[in-house]
Formats: sequence, C-alpha cells, structure tokens
Amino acid sequence: MTSTMTSPSTTATPPRPAVAAGLAAGVSGASRGPGRSVTLSGSREARWVLRLADTCLIHAQRLSEWCGHGPILEEDIALTNLSLDLLGQARALLSHAGQLDGQGLDEDQLAFLRDERDYFNLTLVEQPLRRSSAHAPGGDFADVQVRNLLLAVWLKLHWQALASSSDAELAAIAGKAVKEARYHVEHAAQWVVRLGDGTEESAARAKAALERAWPYTNELFVDDELDAHAAATGLGPQRSALREAWLAAVSAVLTEATLAVPAASKFVSTGSRGVHSEHMGFILAEMQHLQRAFPGGVW
Amino acid sequence: MNASTSAAACTDAAWAVLDTVPDPEVPALSVRDLGIVRDVVCGQAGTEVVLTPTYSGCPATEVISDSVRQALDAAGYGPVTVTLRRAPAWTTDWISDEGRRKLREYGIAPPGPVEPEAAPGVATIRIRPRGVDCPRCGSAQTERLSAFGSTACKAMYRCLACREPFEHFKPI
Repeated sequence: MTSTMTSPSTTATPPRPAVAAGLAAGVSGASRGPGRSVTLSGSREARWVLRLADTCLIHAQRLSEWCGHGPILEEDIALTNLSLDLLGQARALLSHAGQLDGQGLDEDQLAFLRDERDYFNLTLVEQPLRRSSAHAPGGDFADVQVRNLLLAVWLKLHWQALASSSDAELAAIAGKAVKEARYHVEHAAQWVVRLGDGTEESAARAKAALERAWPYTNELFVDDELDAHAAATGLGPQRSALREAWLAAVSAVLTEATLAVPAASKFVSTGSRGVHSEHMGFILAEMQHLQRAFPGGVW
Repeated sequence: MNASTSAAACTDAAWAVLDTVPDPEVPALSVRDLGIVRDVVCGQAGTEVVLTPTYSGCPATEVISDSVRQALDAAGYGPVTVTLRRAPAWTTDWISDEGRRKLREYGIAPPGPVEPEAAPGVATIRIRPRGVDCPRCGSAQTERLSAFGSTACKAMYRCLACREPFEHFKPI
C-alpha cells in the first residue's frame, strides 16, 4: 500500500519513501509517532466509510489465509484474486476515509496503526476461516464459500446503492467495485450450489457452515445513528434497506443448492461499532506486526 | 505552425508512443488497445496522460504508470504527468477492435459485451458459466476449467473440439 488515488482525478507520483513520509507528514503530536497507534477524529462520514473499508480489509485477509490450502490449485488462484480485489477496494476506501477524517492519515496508517476498537468491520469477517478453534469451529472450505456468498451479495448491494452517493469519490469507488463484486457473487454462488447439491458429505458440511455463519448476519442489517446520518446526507444506504434484496438473492442460491435458510437468531454482533469478538486481536496482531516493529516500512 | 497545430501534432505523436507501451500482464496488447488511456494533453510544461485503472486491486497499475512515463520521456515528450481517473470505471467494452484481434491471435478469447447490471436492489446471480468460443478453432464446444486464471481478469477454458486449453478475458 504505497500509492493513493482519489477521484475524479489526482496525480500519481512515483512511489514515495513511506518511512520519510511517515516521519514527516501525518505524525503531529507525541502520541502519533511512527509505529504508534493513530486515533480518529469525530467525523461520522469517515467512520461510516471505515465500516465498509474494514469489512473489505479483514475479509481480504481471511480469504488470503487460504492461499496454498484450497482443495484445487484453481481455487487458490480464485481466492487470492478475490482477496486482491477486496484489498484494492479497501485501499481506495481507506484513503478516502483518511480524507474525510481530516487529519492527514493515509491508507497505511489507517490499515495498520489503529487500535482494535477503532476498526468497524462486521464481526462475521473476523471469524477464523482457515484455522478453527473450540470457540469458533469452521475452517472448512464450505465456510469460505458460504461466508463469501453472504458477504459478496451484501457488498454488491452496497456498491449498487453507493453508485448514486452524494460523495463523488465514494460513487467512483463503488462504480468500479460493483463490477468486481458481480464475479465474487457468481463464484461463491456456483460453489455453494456445487457443495450443497453435491454429495452427502459436501451437503452436510455446507449446511454446517451456513448455520455457523447465519447468526452473524443480523449485524448486516442493523441500523444505528451513523447509518441514519449516512442516509440523511445521501452518503449511502441504511443497512436495513438492503435486507430484502439480500435475502431474496441468497435464498435463491440456497434453494438451488438444496440448503434451507437457517432459523433466525436473536444474537446481534457489534463489530461495526468497534466491539469485536476474541478473534480480532489475533488477526490485527498478524496484520500489524511489521508496521509496529518497523514503522513506515514498505515493500 | 501555430501553437494549436503543434499541440495537436504532439498529442498524435504521444498517442503513437502509447501504442508501443505493452500491458505488463497481457503484453500482446498496448495500453492504448486496452482502453485505459483516457486522455493525452500536450502543454507548455510537458505531457499529461490520464489513465483509468482496470481492477481495484490490479498490481499492474503502478507499473503501467511508470512505463507510460518512461516511454514518453524517452520519446522526448517529458516531463510527463500521469493522472489516474477512477470514474467512469474501466470496462472491457473499451478494448479496441484491434485489441480484440490481437487477443484472439495471442490465444486469448476476447470479452463479449458486458451484460447490463440488474437494477439496484435486485441481485440476480448467474449460476452457470458463460459460453465462450475457442480463439483457435472457433468452436462453441468449450468448457470452463477455472473462474480465475493467471490474473483476475481472465478465466481458464478448454476447447472440446480442438482440445486446446485457452484463456478468456472476462467481460467486466
């Protein structure tokens, strides 16, 4: 993550040495020295965009953990390609969130130097996807495809709605991302059908994966004051408004896959508000380690 | 020659230079064939090139910016400013006819027209892979092997008639 881009246009400069930039630029105040945590301003718009940015970022990280572990080589390639798209979307959103935040924070600082409570991704994306634990079973290939279906449909509905955002940069990012999301949705849907309508074993595992993921989907459609503000200012959609279309699209795939929509749960996760599950700290430790140990380091 | 005709001549020449800059991931195509060069402006202070990146996560974007800058510099049109423009988003519909011909010759099935998006709020999902004609023998009897290939923009197919595997540049 070394370059930034804004819309409608900005000048692409040669890759700048981030060490020098980190030392010279955003780091006013002792609490924001290189490698130290950055804190956010109170911008509601920045926070709202970070919800989407962080969901893309953490989902990309979890998918990338499957590199080299897919059941077939083609799937390694597919998952890393999906991950790369999501990371690209996250970069654009993080850069934009940094501008809305108004403190001169760049994409790298936002990606690597926030504390856990300042990440606003959906709790679903931080759940282990490769290495399961007693607290969070999963780690099955079926979990990858089911989760990606639920999220890709949700993200695509966001991108479609954001195409008419009052924020031109957000609309531009969405205009690109919606094209990519289409392939993400198709890929996940094809696998969910293949697994659900496959062998007894694959169907049982797809069903288990769906039941593991489902309780976390309530959070996808819970509004709060930030969503209300986003809708009122034309920034983006209220989450609750996306539920009907999401359920219709997901249900259509599940029907084709001979999988039943799981029973509703009362559990509502809270990652979007910065209150995460026990897995978030571990994923951040892995993602942030290099930036914390070697502040401002770049490839 | 007045200033405006010399600027026009410079612009034409700069476009011609861009015809020689290959896309790093599909070197059969120039960046101009690919349709990512949106504008070239010759001015007193040098040349400005406006590029629209292909994919959000495309790792080639920075390489392409550098190649464009170097090629125009070397041809004497520097200093070069490369500007990235995100909207409107790049689409494979912008690949030129010449680009499509080069892709086919290179063994890559070119993208068909992008299917229109469903209305917002309506999520329709394609469950079956697209049918693609073989770029070698033209047969429609092909099957998809993988939704993604060596890059995000391509899928892997196999021709059931001539038995050759091939790549397909996906419409996006």
